[in-house]
Amino acid sequence: MSNATITPPAPGTNSLSAARLPRWSPYAIAVGAVAIGCAIGLGAGLGSQIQWGLIAAVLFVLGTYGIAAAVEGKRQAKDRVATSVVWVAFILAVIPLVSLIWETVSRGVKVLDVFFLTHSMGVVTDYEPGGGIYHAIIGTLEQVGLATLISVPIGLLTAIYLVEYGRGKLAKAVTFFVDVMTGIPSIVAGLFILSFWILILGFSYSGFAGSMALSILMIPVVVRSTEEMLKLVPNELREASLALGVPKWRTILKVVLPTSIGGITTGVMLAIARIAGETAPVLLLVWGNPLINTDPFQGPQSSLPLYIYQQYQNSGGSPAAYDRAWAAALVLIAFIMILNLVARGIARWKAPKTGR
Amino acid sequence: MAKRIDVSGLTAYYGSHKAIEDISMTVEPRSVTAFIGPSGCGKSTFLRTLNRMHEVTPGGRVEGKVLLDDEDLYGTHVDPVAVRRTVGMVFQRPNPFPTMSIFDNVAAGLRLNGSYKKSELGDVVEKSLKGANLWNEVKDRLNKPGSGLSGGQQQRLCIARAIAVEPQVLLMDEPCSALDPISTLAIEDLIGELKERFTIVIVTHNMQQAARVSDRTAFFNLSAVGQPGKLVEIDETERIFSNPSVQATEDYISGRFG
Ligand SMILES: Nc1ncnc2c1ncn2[C@@H]1O[C@H](COP(=O)(O)OP(=O)(O)O)[C@@H](O)[C@H]1O
Ligand SMILES: [Mg+2]
Repeated sequence: MSNATITPPAPGTNSLSAARLPRWSPYAIAVGAVAIGCAIGLGAGLGSQIQWGLIAAVLFVLGTYGIAAAVEGKRQAKDRVATSVVWVAFILAVIPLVSLIWETVSRGVKVLDVFFLTHSMGVVTDYEPGGGIYHAIIGTLEQVGLATLISVPIGLLTAIYLVEYGRGKLAKAVTFFVDVMTGIPSIVAGLFILSFWILILGFSYSGFAGSMALSILMIPVVVRSTEEMLKLVPNELREASLALGVPKWRTILKVVLPTSIGGITTGVMLAIARIAGETAPVLLLVWGNPLINTDPFQGPQSSLPLYIYQQYQNSGGSPAAYDRAWAAALVLIAFIMILNLVARGIARWKAPKTGR
Repeated sequence: MAKRIDVSGLTAYYGSHKAIEDISMTVEPRSVTAFIGPSGCGKSTFLRTLNRMHEVTPGGRVEGKVLLDDEDLYGTHVDPVAVRRTVGMVFQRPNPFPTMSIFDNVAAGLRLNGSYKKSELGDVVEKSLKGANLWNEVKDRLNKPGSGLSGGQQQRLCIARAIAVEPQVLLMDEPCSALDPISTLAIEDLIGELKERFTIVIVTHNMQQAARVSDRTAFFNLSAVGQPGKLVEIDETERIFSNPSVQATEDYISGRFG
């Protein structure tokens, strides 16, 4: 027997447990960092609160590292720094969003009421208070609705062709054109329809002309998102259906599309949200109209983004017009948010069920 | 119901790559024929030529003849969709339709083909699920999604789905390779019952399984990677496993390669 006996490690030296910071420490460090940041900002007389915030963010990351390294060791300190950097980045990203929503809501609610939603600008000038956005809401709904009616069938069929049938040169060419269309600036789409539809063919300004330009912007988005969703459908499902003796078109209609309908709907809703805020083509083609025009095929209309722009542009700085513009912006944001929520709802409702 | 398959001089390509070459064999009706052989020798490819699923793969191309009783599946006026209704298929991984309930999965073949009477649908589903030994396990939850079943149950659901359209022949590509031993046993028992009604062809990697379930066994091999696979021999399963006529078969079965 040698005397090299194995001694159990003393508790705390070589065991699996080690000193840990308490769970509340990140919050304490954050509060401390903000306090010091404000103190430095005040002391040094920095005018911008953004500077205070940046100092606090840097202090938070450094402080986390220093304290964690002292108590827990280097490896855990790095882990905590990575976590805190993610948090800082997240907050930096959220601040503009929150402040934008805050600004819009607080300025927009001033004139936003039922009267505002149900009246047009027919009897008031842009300088006076009063009036509303009824005509602009009608215009946006009709133009976006028509653009969706044009774009969704074309986009869906194109995507189905590309994923399920497309081989060879034609498919490559279509993919290329979709790529090119994705990059078209909205003003160019507007100018194209302007020269083609209004200047060459001689039609008048109308909501429909705007819808066509919006379709040019919407189709590639629908094609792309639908393509991605169709590619996610496992090939095994197509083969299972074909092996049952189901023709290919029915397989696509009854197996492939239902499996991916949730994602496709989400893509379409996001595309709608993207075009609902377009101003440039609407400005060129729909022209704007303070009166209610419910016929999208005849004569100028208004739309929410166009209304916002014109209230700002044509009112010579009248506060009443600015209030109306903010309220219209709030309505537009709410509209797009509702669309997004609906899309999420549909995606969840239609998602393939996996429950036991 | 069951039909005989007569293959002669069958060669299949993926684009310019020749996957299997010059295969001829006869598959007897109301029997189980097993395909064995090393990976990549073209068992799945050959199986898929028997119901014209091979040409679904981009670049897939077939030469030669496959006679179902006396009709050539690759004849000029033959509709591949009709062929697939006559020759059903079960895949390696269970693939129930995720958007459909158990009932709808089994009814899918009839519904999607549009050839059914509403009043008969319930009976067909029950009969098919019973035929796949799944009825007792799912009869209380026919409206639940098929993807909620265990792997073995899903595979039997796929078998029920395949037999619901009353095919003449049932092709199975390694139907048990993703399953546990107990589910495998359930499916092997099922194959024994199904062969009373259908002609069954099964690809398997499991030699014991081939010996247990099949009446005849075909051994495929390839001379080198990249070369086309070929049929080495086909014979009574007992002979293949006791006294094969080709040395390579014996080497493969006794585990000397593959
Ligand atoms: N989709 C495909 N595209 C191109 N080649 C393929 C495809 N599927 C299989 N092959 C080729 O065909 C040959 C046979 O494959 P397979 O029939 O899957 O063999 P097994 O089922 O016996 O393992 C292999 O060389 C394989 O690389
Ligand atoms: Mg295989």
